[in-house]
Amino acid sequence: MGTFFGSSIGKKFVMSISGLFLVVFLIVHLAINLLLLVPDGGETFNAAANFMALPAIKFGLQPVLALGFIVHIIYAAIITLQNNKARGSAKYASGNKTKDVMWASKNMFVLGATVFAFLAVHIYQFFVPLQITHSAPELASGGHDTYTLVANALTCIPTVVFYVIGSLGLALHLTHGFWSAFQTVGASNNIWRKRWTVIGTVFAWVVGLAFSAIAIAMYFIGSCGGCN
Amino acid sequence: MGNNISLTLKVWRQNDAQDKGRYESYKLEAVSVDSSFLEMMDILNEQLVNEGKEPVAFDHDCREGICGMCSLYINGRPHGPDDDVTTCQLHMRKFKDGETITIEPWRSAGFPVIKDLIVNRNAFDTIIAAGGYTSVSTGGVPDANALPISKIDADEAMDAASCIGCGACVATCKNGSAMLFVSAKVSHLALLPQGKVEAARRAKNMVAKMDELGFGNCTNTGACEVECPKGVSISNIARLNREFLSAKFKD
Ligand code: HEM
Ligand code: SF4
Ligand code: FES
Repeated sequence: MGTFFGSSIGKKFVMSISGLFLVVFLIVHLAINLLLLVPDGGETFNAAANFMALPAIKFGLQPVLALGFIVHIIYAAIITLQNNKARGSAKYASGNKTKDVMWASKNMFVLGATVFAFLAVHIYQFFVPLQITHSAPELASGGHDTYTLVANALTCIPTVVFYVIGSLGLALHLTHGFWSAFQTVGASNNIWRKRWTVIGTVFAWVVGLAFSAIAIAMYFIGSCGGCN
Repeated sequence: MGNNISLTLKVWRQNDAQDKGRYESYKLEAVSVDSSFLEMMDILNEQLVNEGKEPVAFDHDCREGICGMCSLYINGRPHGPDDDVTTCQLHMRKFKDGETITIEPWRSAGFPVIKDLIVNRNAFDTIIAAGGYTSVSTGGVPDANALPISKIDADEAMDAASCIGCGACVATCKNGSAMLFVSAKVSHLALLPQGKVEAARRAKNMVAKMDELGFGNCTNTGACEVECPKGVSISNIARLNREFLSAKFKD
């Protein structure tokens, strides 16, 4: 009869659980980023950032997070390829004029790829100097001065714009992804579908706009302007 | 004549499954706005026969919206521009004088074209044969109150059972997914005590058959629900996911 992970619903289940796991990660990430806005020269933010670099988290949780991303992306690719095949090569000459279908729901792979492009640059800018090459500035009290690293990166307008695009792409991904994940695991009916959609839409835009706002705020707070 | 419109039809013609196929344009003068879409197709075919040409092949049977035979992808939508009706119930008053109407077959890898506008929908029958039934012996007519069923369940089962198996859900789906159809067929049985006995096996077998036949993975775009002539709800898809996942986790 086929394996669980080979079945369409099994694959969607993996997308859903990995997606919801990434949502939880986003909440933690956003909470820490908000500390950037505490007006104490980055002391609180640095404390939180250095906590996240503790060995238990670095070697315990980070591999799980990486796995979450990898699984989500691999299954996204499998599902998208299979779906294109199922659709077939013959296209409709009169297009598709079905009303009331959310644009995001039909472009989840493109939106995911936007998030992925962002993720790659993001890892290169922060994760690599902080946790791999350790080239990020140091604090006198030990640990990295992540605040200065972030503040310097966001003095550059193209970087800020890139961060805003990444955040908005993520918001759109989640306007569909959030409720879709609950539908996929079966935790939905005519009443709950409306509730998940409202919760998901609010969540998506709060997260997307908050990340964008932080990037823009850091640009204006930052003193030493210009890209380097 | 105010009640008549003239039309240009752009129709998909394909000799057989192997043929590449092409569009052909036909002009129709004086079509009554009171005629149904399939009556308009009949007029076209009569005109073609009179000209010594081969008529357009299209599926139809009951012509009253209950059998699920009619199909046709009309101007970008399965079953055409009206909501919640089958093509046989679509009327020409939905179209404007002088309009060009594009008429295509369902297009999906699971529904190969047989000829012109007719596609092979055997896949749906194969999925039903994989578990869309109950195998209890029926016996005599049971007492009406011997097997209580809540009004809510009865209504939801009835709504799911209204699926006529037309395939519009697959035709509009960007993923070529048959989940709305399969979820309707699983739901109308899963909601009733008679169907509960085989519920787990049914969900697993029907989903396995659906996957095997090459239908896509549902990403919850909801297009199926919009185009379904019977208004079958995607809450049935959530129920199918539930039935399938709990059956698999019990294994
Ligand atoms: C922080 C990053 C991300 C989060 C929080 C996230 C979240 C989600 C969620 C919750 C779903 C719904 C799952 C379901 O319907 O069962 C989903 C679906 C999906 N995601 Fe992501 N995702 C992220 C990144 C990505 C990336 C990098 C890609 C690929 C390049 C991607 C591609 C997809 C695709 C193709 C779907 C399937 C569409 C669907 O089922 O509705 N996502 N995502
Ligand atoms: S669910 Fe609706 S669109 Fe799909 S086959 Fe049944 S009646 Fe047709
Ligand atoms: S011909 Fe029977 S439903 Fe249209």
